[in-house]
Amino acid sequence: MNPFIKNHKQKSIFVTAGYPKLDSLAGQIKLLEKYNIDFIEIGIPFSDPLADGPTIQKTSEVAIKNGMNLPLLFEQLAKIKTETPLVLMGYLNPVLTYGIEKFVSSCKDCGIASVILPDLSFEIYARFYKSIFDQYQLPISFLITPQTETERIEKMVTQCKESFIYLVSDNSTTGTDSEMNLNECRLKSIYALMDNTPLMIGFGIKTKSDIEKVHQFADGAIIGSAYLRALEVGTENAFLEQL
Amino acid sequence: MNSTIDTHIPDEMGFYGEFGGAFIPELLHPNVEELKTVYSNLKNDSSFKSDFLKLLSDYVGRPTPLYRSEKLSIEFGCEVYLKREDLNHTGAHKINNALGQILLAKKMGKVEIIAETGAGQHGVATATACALMGLRCKVFMGEIDIERQAPNVARMQFLGAEVIPAVSGSRTLKDATNEAIRYWINNPNSYYLIGSVVGPHPYPQIVADFQSIISEEIKKQLFEATGNMNPTKVIACVGGGSNAAGAFYHFYDQPEVELIAVEAAGLGLGSGKSAATSILGKPGVLHGSKTILMQNEFGQVTEPYSISAGLDYPGIGPLHAHSITTGRTIGVSVTDNEALEAAKSLSKNEGIIPALESAHALAALSKITLNSTDVVVVNLSGRGDKDMATYINHFTV
Repeated sequence: MNPFIKNHKQKSIFVTAGYPKLDSLAGQIKLLEKYNIDFIEIGIPFSDPLADGPTIQKTSEVAIKNGMNLPLLFEQLAKIKTETPLVLMGYLNPVLTYGIEKFVSSCKDCGIASVILPDLSFEIYARFYKSIFDQYQLPISFLITPQTETERIEKMVTQCKESFIYLVSDNSTTGTDSEMNLNECRLKSIYALMDNTPLMIGFGIKTKSDIEKVHQFADGAIIGSAYLRALEVGTENAFLEQL
Repeated sequence: MNSTIDTHIPDEMGFYGEFGGAFIPELLHPNVEELKTVYSNLKNDSSFKSDFLKLLSDYVGRPTPLYRSEKLSIEFGCEVYLKREDLNHTGAHKINNALGQILLAKKMGKVEIIAETGAGQHGVATATACALMGLRCKVFMGEIDIERQAPNVARMQFLGAEVIPAVSGSRTLKDATNEAIRYWINNPNSYYLIGSVVGPHPYPQIVADFQSIISEEIKKQLFEATGNMNPTKVIACVGGGSNAAGAFYHFYDQPEVELIAVEAAGLGLGSGKSAATSILGKPGVLHGSKTILMQNEFGQVTEPYSISAGLDYPGIGPLHAHSITTGRTIGVSVTDNEALEAAKSLSKNEGIIPALESAHALAALSKITLNSTDVVVVNLSGRGDKDMATYINHFTV
């Protein structure tokens, strides 16, 4: 059964593995569980995060300096017990270096619910990697934007029946200051394509009212940079409180 | 797979063998698709081609000479020719590609052009093309490169471009490219004018096509000089590899022509201060394509080093990654000092001050086996004015 639910109520938080301290992840997951976060995205730090703004660039840099890497992340994950679905998110290069099949199998061993690889397009996934993900039954989640063509969205939706589709606002690296810009009409038409696959929205979400707005059009809201900024200055409890 | 015939032609999805492709965030998908469509429509359009060729002849000054160096020929005991890309307007081969892509951008109705630059030659070429066409120009350049290539920064600014320092990571070409891509994601209406045979498909193909004029001319000029279109060896330096792609292009399907790609060994291959990607790297994905990449055991991209800002890049064009892997192209590496000596020697003996990048190609003459029947073409990709501070500093201390 899909651990990601179609209910217009979900909240998710993104944390960078190894940030702020090398072994912060277990404590972070505990904290997020306490605040009833529905699923947690764990970022695999990469030296060249080209779709990310300054906040995630910085947390990635700190995490790499702290010594975070994929073998260590899987070691940490193996010891973490949680009922909350975990999603791994990361650029393709560290995954390829670790070995794609080994990565998929390690994800399964650690109970990872889904993975997001932002620089892996649907087309390249289908050509080179789908068979491995299928073999281990690890569901991938794809990013779409309001510009993504309907035909491609439909193909991705079929692929993400056991995970979700992640809609990002167009024209933006992560963590930009601009107001959430939601074109209601396009969002409704995208939601209509989802069938039974949940739709989550991310990029630019900071407040409870942002989340409420997202819940009108989608099944969940994903918060990344805004939470990491709170974490940096030690106000993460207050931040989670206001959601 | 036929490594000698199809090396330089990617498949439908942009793969040269296992390398290439378009590994891009979904945010860039529409941009890249648009470019693919527009380029495949224009590629064989005769008026587009004639506009391009007219600019190359009237504005750039092509064809550039193929110059037989008497002194190098005597020194190495074979025929040595220099393809004088340093004589192009703006002083390097980069202008060929900048003008080709600016015509594409015009056709696409773009008003703002962005570019990354290492040594500043591509930045200057792009700023020049933008000035000519009346387009707004933003050039991303690593903070360290801004310091070591000051004359080119001044040129770009004088040409009306805005030079934006990349202050993240190693503050060189890799990071300038990251910043340009981030800007592109946030401003998808701008046209990203990539300067080398890197990036997501179709960029490597587009840049190689526009640079292929170099080998097209070599063939003609060599035929006029010797009665044979093919040299025995072509030598070119490789950072991302645009001048090499251009110099090799029409020889990929001529198996008797040896293609030699020269990478920067920096302080030496084992020194930890090097940019010899094809020797030190492993397959990986960076800046939108799968290629050979300098990285650590966990897949973090490592910071390359070379005295030459134009070769200071942790990757290599996917076309070269494929061609070197299959053995069609031979990789050679040259240290900072070997390149500096080659630059000094060409300046003193021929009255030509080469760019530090091109000096790496020249230095390779001493590192390969040559015999009296060899006819060698070295691609002299750029002139050395921008490197005078480095040369003076090195040879007077």
